[in-house]
Amino acid sequence: MSDLHASLPARGLWDRLTALFWRRPGLLVGVLIAAPLLWLGVVYVGSLIALLVQSFYSIDEFSGVVQREFTLKTYAELLRPANADIILRTVTMAAAVTVASAILAFPIAYYAARFAKGRWKAAFYLGIMLPLWSSYLVKVYAWKMILSKEGIISWAANGIGAGAVLDALLALPGIGGNSLSTSYIGTFLVFVYVWLPYMILPMQASLERVPQSMLEASADLGAGGLRTLWSVILPLALPGVIAGSIFTFSLTLGDYIIPQIIGNSANFIGMAVYQLQGTAGNIPLAAAFAVVPIVIMLVYLGIARKLGAFDAL
Amino acid sequence: MPSETRAPWILKLLAMGGLLFLHLPILLIFLYAFTTEDRSYQFPPPGLTVKWFAVAWNRPDIWPPLWLSLKVAFLATALAVVLGTLAAAAMARARFFGRDAISLLVVLPIALPGIITGMSLRSAFAIMDVPFSTWTIVLGHATFCIVIVYNNAVARLRRLSGPLLEASADLGANGLQTFRHVILPNLGSALLAGGMLAFALSFDEVIVTTFTAGQQATLPIWMLEELVRPRQRPVTNVVAMVVFGATFLPILAAYYLTRGGEETAGGGK
Repeated sequence: MSDLHASLPARGLWDRLTALFWRRPGLLVGVLIAAPLLWLGVVYVGSLIALLVQSFYSIDEFSGVVQREFTLKTYAELLRPANADIILRTVTMAAAVTVASAILAFPIAYYAARFAKGRWKAAFYLGIMLPLWSSYLVKVYAWKMILSKEGIISWAANGIGAGAVLDALLALPGIGGNSLSTSYIGTFLVFVYVWLPYMILPMQASLERVPQSMLEASADLGAGGLRTLWSVILPLALPGVIAGSIFTFSLTLGDYIIPQIIGNSANFIGMAVYQLQGTAGNIPLAAAFAVVPIVIMLVYLGIARKLGAFDAL
Repeated sequence: MPSETRAPWILKLLAMGGLLFLHLPILLIFLYAFTTEDRSYQFPPPGLTVKWFAVAWNRPDIWPPLWLSLKVAFLATALAVVLGTLAAAAMARARFFGRDAISLLVVLPIALPGIITGMSLRSAFAIMDVPFSTWTIVLGHATFCIVIVYNNAVARLRRLSGPLLEASADLGANGLQTFRHVILPNLGSALLAGGMLAFALSFDEVIVTTFTAGQQATLPIWMLEELVRPRQRPVTNVVAMVVFGATFLPILAAYYLTRGGEETAGGGK
């Protein structure tokens, strides 16, 4: 900053503006925020409104032309058994993925929050951050290779003599299938893998805030490790778990790539939206389907807010 | 409490296992790029070869999607850096009516599932009869990239002390000079980090893109088609390695650029 002069520069437009903004700081904020606000307001909020509007349109069943008139007909279609099934299947999957992520994430988050120090702390941070950010499609592709019939899991299972276990797993009614990559088990595994870091981070943040003194108090009062975990640590970590579950739940609700690539081609909400807007050309029904996760998430967020989850975000 | 300073072995095992679970699958992408088997994902690979790199290089269908992805990522990043920085500058210090609503608005495009952002844009394009183009893709990408730049910039601006700006004004600098000589040098690395993360996010994005691209193919869309209808599978792996590198390296660089702050790059995704 050595090239800065201490003398007053010539009066110019910028000087006058500086003086104006100094007197009226609100004006500066207004000027700064105008462009981003306009962008988000028009492009994003405008689009969300367009989504709502579209969901109240309907499609003429014979001509396939969108009727631009207000109707609830499209929403009523969501209640058809086939469509209601899709919603139920997606919500069930999202719930299962959330529970599994929470269980898997806990030891990682707990270790990173309490025991990892110095270089290990940085390693854990990067170790969670890199998979979170790295290419989503590449991760899904990796799992397609892992789960395929001739892939590494079958190879490993046969290698350790557990091939029969794998076959028994795949023979399970409902969740089994021809191979792991064409079964619900596979879809579930990939969902858990892809969203796990989103659960670890808020969980770790809330675990870091558990005071050491409380753990000592618990031990002084005679509680063992498991008792302390159950009665002290878990309740205090709950906001983080809920914050994480918002991500895992909502991301699973909206995903359409994973069940399309890995699974038994049963429909999920995201896939329905994608197919309806594309090949079927039924944008109103696609829009109505897309409103479903929004409504579910609003309800979910309402509950999470009551439980104090937003302090951990 | 000596027992609290060392982790129980079972916890250590589970934590390490969890980290390995997060990282090992990616390695297969690299391994299968060298396999001689191109019709299945046979493990272990029957043989190893480097010919797929040359095959991928000479496949004419890969280059246009790659250029489109780069173009979109550059445009979206440029827009996001400008808009994100402006928003951060406004939000970093001031308290004003509607501030919480605006910060929610900035985060929303990435907090809601991509399919909602995508379908919303698709609905809007349909209502306004906007034809698909590079710009319809950029529109969507810039929208969810703003928050990335914003998060990085706002964290840095909060650490930039107010007295420093006042000192600059006392020394006679006007707003532009303060920005140029005081704010920008301090903000630079945060903006670079945010920009790189935004670039990585845009380059790799597929869910919103499928709704805003129409018949155009970005590199992730090309990959998605290869996943659904595979041919020459190792070629897809070569491309996947490129995509992985294009996201991995910026993240790593962004981490080192913003390290040391209480808010590290990407903390808000």
